[in-house]
Amino acid sequence: MDLGKLLARLVANTKTLKRAAWAILALLVVIDFFLPRHHPHFFWDMIPGFSAVFGFIACVLIIVVSKAFGHYWVARSEDYYDD
Amino acid sequence: MIDWLHPSVFLILGAPFIPLLRGRAQRAWVLLLPALALATVIMMAPGIYGRLEVLGLELVFGRVDKLSLAFAWVFSIAALIGAIYALHIEDSTQHVAAFVYAGSALGVTFAGDLFTLFIFWELMAIASVWLIWSRRTAASIAAGFRYVLVHTAGGVVLLAGIMVFYTSTGSIAFEAMDEPGLAFYLILVGFLLNAAVPPLHAWLTDAYPEATVTGAVFLSAFTTKTAVYVLIRGYPGTEMLIWLGTIMALYGVVYAVLANDIRRLLAYHIVSQVGYMVAGVGIGTAMALNGAVAHAFTHILYKGLLFMGAGAVIHMTSRSKLTELGGLYRWMPLTFILYMIGGFSISAFPLFSGFVSKSMVVSAAGEEHLAWIWLLLTMASAGTFLHTGLKLPYFTFLGRDSGVRTTDPPRNMLVAMGIAAFLCIFIGVYPAWLYAMLPAAVDYEPYTATHVVWALQILLFTGVGFFMLLKMVGGEKKISLDTDWFYRKGARLVMAFVNRVVVPVEGGMIRAYPHVFRANLKLAERGLWLDKNVIDGAVNGVAATVQRWAYALRKVQTGQLQHYALLMAGSLLVLSLYWWL
Repeated sequence: MDLGKLLARLVANTKTLKRAAWAILALLVVIDFFLPRHHPHFFWDMIPGFSAVFGFIACVLIIVVSKAFGHYWVARSEDYYDD
Repeated sequence: MIDWLHPSVFLILGAPFIPLLRGRAQRAWVLLLPALALATVIMMAPGIYGRLEVLGLELVFGRVDKLSLAFAWVFSIAALIGAIYALHIEDSTQHVAAFVYAGSALGVTFAGDLFTLFIFWELMAIASVWLIWSRRTAASIAAGFRYVLVHTAGGVVLLAGIMVFYTSTGSIAFEAMDEPGLAFYLILVGFLLNAAVPPLHAWLTDAYPEATVTGAVFLSAFTTKTAVYVLIRGYPGTEMLIWLGTIMALYGVVYAVLANDIRRLLAYHIVSQVGYMVAGVGIGTAMALNGAVAHAFTHILYKGLLFMGAGAVIHMTSRSKLTELGGLYRWMPLTFILYMIGGFSISAFPLFSGFVSKSMVVSAAGEEHLAWIWLLLTMASAGTFLHTGLKLPYFTFLGRDSGVRTTDPPRNMLVAMGIAAFLCIFIGVYPAWLYAMLPAAVDYEPYTATHVVWALQILLFTGVGFFMLLKMVGGEKKISLDTDWFYRKGARLVMAFVNRVVVPVEGGMIRAYPHVFRANLKLAERGLWLDKNVIDGAVNGVAATVQRWAYALRKVQTGQLQHYALLMAGSLLVLSLYWWL
């Protein structure tokens, strides 16, 4: 079995993969409504789907803030240290 | 009958024989040494061994307890995996350097006193730089010199701390530091530098990406994690470490967004992951310290795997930038899959090793009701998956086809990656194996339905964000300034300041003397004499000394690897003589 070909077939079917991914995402949030909370440390531990929202916001925030930090402050051309 | 054997005896004293062997014999020897070291560690029983009385100081080479054993286990496993990965390398300098480096890390781990610790600490820096220099590019030579200079500076601070500690307490025993004072902070700074805590971290992200393909795998394992070990030993519950670690976890994530070089991205994620361990040390509860040890253990394995995967790409394509890579999954499918196992482990996916270790530290923050620490560490987790699990593999193995046609790397590299990948999954599926090694009894169950769903939500919704912003997250043909700027460019600015400001001002003053002191020419003359003979004399004297030293040093720095190797072997000999004395 050619592993590369198998992977290529998966990559060619991104549409199916995407649908499956959305289904899993929805399922995760739905399940969260029915899970027990044994040792809540913070108030948000009780909110179903909180970590989904938090994960998404964290990701967008990290990308946008870091890229801004790069563009306005620390990014230089690749030969900056060469002279 | 010897009741205890230091595993470094094999690694450090066996290493000088590597250049004497060739071909098959050399490869067997390279495998045998770390295998013997690992076997020694496996058979080791707790206790205090290798006490030595030197000049009234009590040196302890073998403090063996659960804490040092856990680190010794993973260090010797890492040495063996690294040796398999580097088996095809014919340059014996690299093998010698790697083994002396790994042996010194074990030396630090078992050291029961600060003096022994310091000797191995320095030996680690001296040995590891060869793994950077051995790449033999202008960039790696320069980065190696910066690496050595920074570690030397850190070593001096550490030594100063040890001396102050000795003069004030009369002991060199290495136990938890209690009274905050000069020694406390000097030693702490020395440790934090090796743990790559910003702003003292740039030596790592500057040098690791310039190391050889196989050298970087060793580098990723030892220096920062011995620093974590000594922090756990010496500074548990030091509150400032909680925030330092948390800032560190996010700092690495921010710079990883900007990274284009794949190994620089991974290097910034060492900083980020070590941040969890440092924060765990700061929290200081039994669970947090267990978490720090567990995370160091899993981190060494998955980070090694990630560096091996990235190294395989560089080895096969000679490219290391995201902007020049893409579409490799078709040609390096095994590398892709093995890399992804490392990627899932570092991202703490359920059933992978990071899940059972990282969550201990985060949960410990929860137990202590540290809300901000908890939120920021969780945010950094999202960032970890974003880069190591999505950005790097997407733009390397998937994404736009870069036109590169290649194959999976040599078999020994794949085997090494396979072993690391197996351990990542094994620990993820059967965490009891790891938990049994931790210093305190573990009362923690990572696999509850709530925790699994919680982790999957964080990670998969991070994935949603990644694919939404896909156009924004790719590599850019840029580099990012970091704190190494201060010694790479800052030094030049100081020189420019001296030339443009200090020199003209001094000249002006010389011209001004006669005018200012016209009324009293003698005073002016004296002023001139003072300036010429004392001030200039001192400046010139310093300059001449530096010049002489530099000239002498230049003669020593022949650039011939053989000479360096000879020097290393010589120092080792002296050290081992000292050992048996």
